[in-house]
Amino acid sequence: MTESSGGLPERPLSPHLQVWRWHVTMACSILHRGCIFALYFGALLLAGWAVSLASGSECYGWYIGLLGSPLGKLVLFGLTFALLFNLAYTVRQSFWDLGLGFSLKTADMTGAAAIAFAAVGAIVIWAIAAQTGALS
Amino acid sequence: MANLSAGRFRTPLSRARGMGASRHGVSHFITERVSGLALIPLTLWAVFAGLRLSGPAYRSQEAVASWIAAPHNTVLLALLLVVALVHLKGAIQVVIEDYIERFTTKTVLVVANLFVCVVAGAAGVVSILKVALTGAL
Repeated sequence: MTESSGGLPERPLSPHLQVWRWHVTMACSILHRGCIFALYFGALLLAGWAVSLASGSECYGWYIGLLGSPLGKLVLFGLTFALLFNLAYTVRQSFWDLGLGFSLKTADMTGAAAIAFAAVGAIVIWAIAAQTGALS
Repeated sequence: MANLSAGRFRTPLSRARGMGASRHGVSHFITERVSGLALIPLTLWAVFAGLRLSGPAYRSQEAVASWIAAPHNTVLLALLLVVALVHLKGAIQVVIEDYIERFTTKTVLVVANLFVCVVAGAAGVVSILKVALTGAL
């Protein structure tokens, strides 16, 4: 690297998956990016749902059948997790913007809390859905 | 101390070219943060709405259409879709800019991302308004 930098001080390399030791803060960061892709797909699903609703009851019935299939339910459960995780992550990031929560202990704790919130929240929401007869 | 300034990471060539940030970074950052904060209440409403609409009372297209026709539902649903797409468009663009180095590929992906979000937003909002204003077919 110093060969090509012509005597300049070594420039920082951005970290990547292969060179990082796994810990909760980096897992959160990667999970956040993964969730963004999932939610991108989720936003397209929402737009598609609105279009199917405007396209008549036959089309809507087909679309709802797709979402209600076992695979559809699995996707929707994943999206519930992603939605809640990104909500928690936004709160976490807002504290960072205020300059708070950067100590290792706090960052680890809030990261673990965000994952736990999303996991527990998704299960609770789907338990409520089961209670109200949404899953049958 | 001068050695510690950010400027030391710029090569003489990059200084000579004079090409740095396009000065849009701050507005991107603020758009991302503000839309993210706006999505907190919208997300909570979306969970609530999703639970309601998946219940037995809303199995038919007519029932869902009459739900959407309530003005607060029309507005919140359209806002949810538009704000989510604005936020996600920016988020995905950052990922593209982070990982795609080749100029042509990067540009095509950034523009494709924009088009997908704009088309999804336009189609979604028009559909929501159509159902809200004219009812189920």
